[in-house]
Amino acid sequence: MAVGDLSSSSSSSSTELHVLAVDDSLVDRKVIERLLRISACKVTTVESGTRALQYLGLDGDDGSSDLKDLKVNLIVTDYSMPGLTGYELLKKIKESSAFREVPVVIMSSENIQPRIEQCMTEGAEDFLLKPVRLADVKRLKELIIRSVEAEEEHKAKHSCPNRILQNNTRGVSSLDDDDTPSSKRMKLESRVHV
Amino acid sequence: MNNVVAQLQRQFHDYLVSLYQQGFLDNQFSELRKLQDDGTPDFVAEVVSLFFEDCSKLINTMSRSLERPENVDFKQVDSGVHQLKGSSSSVGARRVKNVCISFKECCDVQNREGCIRCLQQVDYEYKMLKTKLQDLFNLEQQILQAGGTIPQVDIN
Repeated sequence: MAVGDLSSSSSSSSTELHVLAVDDSLVDRKVIERLLRISACKVTTVESGTRALQYLGLDGDDGSSDLKDLKVNLIVTDYSMPGLTGYELLKKIKESSAFREVPVVIMSSENIQPRIEQCMTEGAEDFLLKPVRLADVKRLKELIIRSVEAEEEHKAKHSCPNRILQNNTRGVSSLDDDDTPSSKRMKLESRVHV
Repeated sequence: MNNVVAQLQRQFHDYLVSLYQQGFLDNQFSELRKLQDDGTPDFVAEVVSLFFEDCSKLINTMSRSLERPENVDFKQVDSGVHQLKGSSSSVGARRVKNVCISFKECCDVQNREGCIRCLQQVDYEYKMLKTKLQDLFNLEQQILQAGGTIPQVDIN
C-alpha cells in the first residue's frame, strides 16, 4: 500500500499529491492512472468502492480510520460501479472523520443533471464527464494544490487546522473563466453548505 | 536511410489521418497519444489491447445472454453495452461506440433481434479496428527500427 506524504517543509515548489482512483473498468483505470502520473501525482487505483473503503481503512463500523498515517489528497471515482456506487462512496468518505476533508471528484459517462446536483450537494469537489482528458486532470491538480498550500499556510499561522477547502471552494475564481465549449466542468450556481 | 524514415513517417501520418477521417477513431485517441512518451512508448498499444480484450469478453457474455429467445437477460446485456460504450469512449473507438448507442436502444425496448444485429456489428467493428491499429503500430515499429521518431499528428 502506498502511503503518500506531503512535504511539510516551507518550500512549496513541488507538492506531490497522492490520488486514489476508483473505477471498475480496467481500461479507464489504466487511462486515469496515466493521466495522473503524467501530472506528477502518486496514484493508487482500486476497482471498486468497497476496495476503496478497505484501502482507506473505513471498512469498519465507525467513521474512524485505522490508518492514521495514510495521506490521500484527492479521490477520483467513477459514478456507476457495481456494488457501492461512486455516490455511496462519496457519502461514506464525507461521513468519516479521517477523510471528510479530502476532495472527492466524481466521473461519469452520463451527463445527468440530477445526478450531478446530488453529488455536489453531498460534497463532491467536481464532476467530470468521461472520457477524462489531460486538461481535466491538470485543472483538478491546480485546484487541489492551491487548497493544500492554503491549508499549510494557515496551519503555519495558526495553531489549529482549519477546513480551508470547504470555505474557499466557490471562491476559486480562475476556474470560473473556463467556460469554453470544451469545458466539461459542471457547476452549480448556488451550492448548499450543510 | 533518411528517405526510408521520411517515407515511413509519411505513411504513418497519412494512415492515422485516414483512420480519423473514416470515423474509426475520434479525438480521444489523440488525447491518449499525448500521454505516450519515450518513457512509455507502448502506452497506447497497451490500453487498446486491454480494450480489445474487454470487447471479446463482453461480446461473449452478451451473446450468451441473448442466446435463448424465451429467456433473454436484458439487464445483463444492458450492463455489457454500458461497459463497452464506456471503454470504447475512453480509447476513442468511435465506430464501436456508435454501435453501442444503437445497441442500448435495442436493449431498452427489449428487441432481441435488434440486439443480436448490434452484437454482430460491434464484433465486426472491434475486429476491424484491431486490424487497423495493428497496422498502425507496425508502422510505428518500422519507423523506430529505422531510427526515426513517431510523428505528431494534428487532426484539427
